[in-house]
Amino acid sequence: MSDRTVAALSRSLAQGEVSSVELTRDYLSRIARHNSVYNAYITVTEELALAQAAEADARRARGEHGPLTGVPIAHKDIFCTRDVLTTCASKMLGNFVSPYDATVVERLNAAGTVTLGKTNMDEFAMGSSNETSFFGAVRNPWDTDRVPGGSSGGSAAAVAADLCAIATGTDTGGSIRQPAAFCGVTGFKPSYGRISRWGMIAFASSLDQAGPICKSAEDAALMMNVIAGADPKDSTCVDAPVPDYTATLNDSLKGLRIGVPRQHLAEGLGKEVEQALQEALKVFESLGATVKEIDLPNNHLSVSAYYVVAPAEASANLSRFDGVRYGYRCENPVNLEDMYKRSRGEGFGAEVKRRIMVGTYALSAGYYDAYYLKAQRIRRLIKQDFDKAFAEVDVIIGPTTPHTAFKVGEKNDDPVTMYLEDIYTIGVNLAGLPGVSIPAGLSSTSGKRLPIGIQLVGSDFGEARLLNVAHQFQQHTDWHLQRPEV
Amino acid sequence: MVWETVIGLEVHVQLATKSKLFSGSSTTFGAAPNTQANIFDLAMPGTLPVLNAEALRMAVKFGLAIDAEIGRRSVFDRKNYFYPDLPKGYQVSQLEFPTVGKGQLEITLEDGSTRSIGITRAHMEEDAGKSLHEDFQGQSGIDLNRAGTPLLEIVSEPELRNAKEAVAYLKKLHSIIRYLGISDGNMAQGSMRCDANVSVRKKGATEFGTRTEIKNINSFRFVEKAILHEAQRQIDLIEDGGRVVQETRLYDADRDETRSMRSKEVANDYRYFPEPDLLPVVIDEVFIEAVCKELPELPDAKCARFVEQYTLSDYDAGVLSSSRALADYYEQVVGICGDAKLSANWVSVDLQAVLNKQDLEVEDSPISAERLGGLITRIKDQTISSKIAKTVFEAMLESAQSADEIIESQGLKQVTDTGAIEKLVDEVIAANPEQVEQYRAGKEKVFAFFIGQAMKVSRGKANPAQLNDLLREKLKG
Amino acid sequence: MALALSDVEKIAHLARLHISTEDAQEVTRRISSILELIDQMQSVDTANVAPLAHPFDAVQRLRPDEVTETDQRDYLQQIAPATQDGLYLVPKVIE
Repeated sequence: MSDRTVAALSRSLAQGEVSSVELTRDYLSRIARHNSVYNAYITVTEELALAQAAEADARRARGEHGPLTGVPIAHKDIFCTRDVLTTCASKMLGNFVSPYDATVVERLNAAGTVTLGKTNMDEFAMGSSNETSFFGAVRNPWDTDRVPGGSSGGSAAAVAADLCAIATGTDTGGSIRQPAAFCGVTGFKPSYGRISRWGMIAFASSLDQAGPICKSAEDAALMMNVIAGADPKDSTCVDAPVPDYTATLNDSLKGLRIGVPRQHLAEGLGKEVEQALQEALKVFESLGATVKEIDLPNNHLSVSAYYVVAPAEASANLSRFDGVRYGYRCENPVNLEDMYKRSRGEGFGAEVKRRIMVGTYALSAGYYDAYYLKAQRIRRLIKQDFDKAFAEVDVIIGPTTPHTAFKVGEKNDDPVTMYLEDIYTIGVNLAGLPGVSIPAGLSSTSGKRLPIGIQLVGSDFGEARLLNVAHQFQQHTDWHLQRPEV
Repeated sequence: MVWETVIGLEVHVQLATKSKLFSGSSTTFGAAPNTQANIFDLAMPGTLPVLNAEALRMAVKFGLAIDAEIGRRSVFDRKNYFYPDLPKGYQVSQLEFPTVGKGQLEITLEDGSTRSIGITRAHMEEDAGKSLHEDFQGQSGIDLNRAGTPLLEIVSEPELRNAKEAVAYLKKLHSIIRYLGISDGNMAQGSMRCDANVSVRKKGATEFGTRTEIKNINSFRFVEKAILHEAQRQIDLIEDGGRVVQETRLYDADRDETRSMRSKEVANDYRYFPEPDLLPVVIDEVFIEAVCKELPELPDAKCARFVEQYTLSDYDAGVLSSSRALADYYEQVVGICGDAKLSANWVSVDLQAVLNKQDLEVEDSPISAERLGGLITRIKDQTISSKIAKTVFEAMLESAQSADEIIESQGLKQVTDTGAIEKLVDEVIAANPEQVEQYRAGKEKVFAFFIGQAMKVSRGKANPAQLNDLLREKLKG
Repeated sequence: MALALSDVEKIAHLARLHISTEDAQEVTRRISSILELIDQMQSVDTANVAPLAHPFDAVQRLRPDEVTETDQRDYLQQIAPATQDGLYLVPKVIE
């Protein structure tokens, strides 16, 4: 079987060409063979997977199944999974066996997916390269000298190397879209509030959003149908009706108005990425869409504002990791303060500590207005820029990243260089909009083929239209079908 | 030098919801440690808060009761600090946009005059857990059952001028929250806790002195003692040429002193910011009107009505309306016996004495309103005298019988038959010739002796008025 | 804005993070560099812009006051570093 999209697997399962147990065994053996190279998984849940697969087969036999029943999935290790190690790629949670399931996991379990394991990530989702994981860097399946992107790098690498059919990810500033671009897969970040955050270990509460990392926009739609929708456990999850995202995938793009942000074409954008973007725009035009340039005048401030808002929220979100009720506690604390400081000092990695400190500083007496409030005001400006743009266009299309995947260790000297990697994705989180990265080309300048991603951004809760646009692109191109040699 | 004390109180009231402010855990007091702490209360990663509707309703109810501005858009904030009884490392509270804004509370002073005390705000927040310091091999034990219990923190303006006013304020607050049914106000169990900001200044000065905050005051009596003590400490300090340091002090009831809590003084920077896991709470007119309709008659209104409707003195009306349960009890008694004044005396004096002695609330009174009403009915219709009534009352404490049953079984019915009383009088006069002579010689005081003798012989049952008349007539000779 | 070592020490204390003396300089340098990035915000005038704390103008939903939880203490304390008699143990809390 070459095309292992969820849609294709679902058809094979339905036709009895393969059982979920067989499929699961196959994926488990692939993981056993290849994970040591990519380090995409932190935990492999073989026993659980086989039990779920057997149950899925039984459900199929009884006719009680949906499209995802029996499909092997991997969960980013930021999602709580009951009685399964949930580390957030941190020493702090190196021993944390979650006592409950995240809503996303619960819904996917109920839909009959088979959990293969928990994927590697940047520690507490803080990073754009997957190098901050306590469990070691993840390698890009297209070139193992390179990073897979982050923070959902393990999920993106696992999907790219076909170590799972589909995976969950989370996106706070680009953590689904950027690794999807680097790994040549489809990464979908829904609108803020579309999916419950219950059980998703919080990085920045007002920005975090879960979403699928998968092999096609159609697969993203299939997963969205399961995970989207209100949750009484999450106050910020919106109680709005969820459409069938697969129903509109084949709508025509005739008359679609595409906006390309002038600011995204400016200096800093790599040539190959720009070329791929232009080619993609031509495809859309051939499908009946019109393309015009638009302005996002405050986008250049998005990284600055983000690095106040996200660390500020994170500084409080990560205070619960204190060594009292669960997680890491340092050896032989001499007193309470020593327990706090050493448990947290030893349990968190350098990048996490930096962000906690930046956030603490931004909220501290005397700086709150100049940093935190200022960032929230800029956040409104950025949101207003998007509002204005969406008065003129239906979808905004631009690059996901300035260039293709960089080398492991390349950007570790100065955190700021790494932060600027997310210049095209961060504004979308600040504005709470849906965004998707889809493969749109392959670079070969480095000697190895490296995927190029483009980003499509929709208006508030415009997920269905966005998936439709991405799907139509994939119906007329084959970039999403390209796979690295594993 | 004449000094004036300036006091502002911060009162934490636990709201009487069934479940916690942001989780579905029970708030019952006294459960085994950590059996009422769920994954949210334990701050397990990934858990999120959802606001308890009832807690919000209770806060608004309080706001309406003190005639306060209700925050139409209130915002929860995170208050960041590390403490083992604070699982998330931040307390969810309200800083800039509290649910209840400016209001006021009228207090009655000892001389009967009233004063209006400004309330700055009342905000909703989560309670913390408890640290137990018994010896666990030199460690502390943390119980998080209380963590997340809804609190309303009611902050007064610094308008109280002495310890007695502070107590009056606290008692009034206690009365109101109990009237509203939003808290049991039990200070011993910590459902109502008080911190006092105390400073002193020269009488007539307009600027405030440096204040200290006294924590851990858990009874009305201690509030008075702690403030008196702290004010005196500050005065002594200043008079000795020292200066008051702004700090938090802990009241130690056993030693009756306050002492500095230095550990809490180190660089408090709470880094408040809007809680991103919660959205702004919007309260509309419909919500407010619905809560308004649920408001009971409040102590001041009830007191005024008692004066008006039952022609009670201000004092009696004040005592009887101090608690809703007591007021309800009183009105039930009046309803049965039809005598407001007699009922007021029995409830506020006799019954209250019993309750105080047995340390009971009126809800747990050994004598129900029906039984007390029945007793007073028999005084009113002269079946028994007031004096015999005390005997019946005592008997009622020992049994579940009605007044009528006790009067019947103990034969306490008042004698009103003129013939029987006349016979009694004759007997007494015949038995005490010496006193008869004294009386007739003009020694008026001896009359009381005859009354006493006659009552003794009748075992108190003779109708006093009839006895009086007959005795006077017969003694004339 | 460049931070002094003492600023970093103060922040690390507020955040209860132990930073070793060897690391302190490097941490200070990197955080200063982040703050420099952040300070780009100051280039735009936002005097008349209201802060935006949430992407959407939604309001808080309310939960009915019901006890939905049961005692799971033993299960939840399996993952605790130290407990005794149902209590979480920590180094002595001094008030």
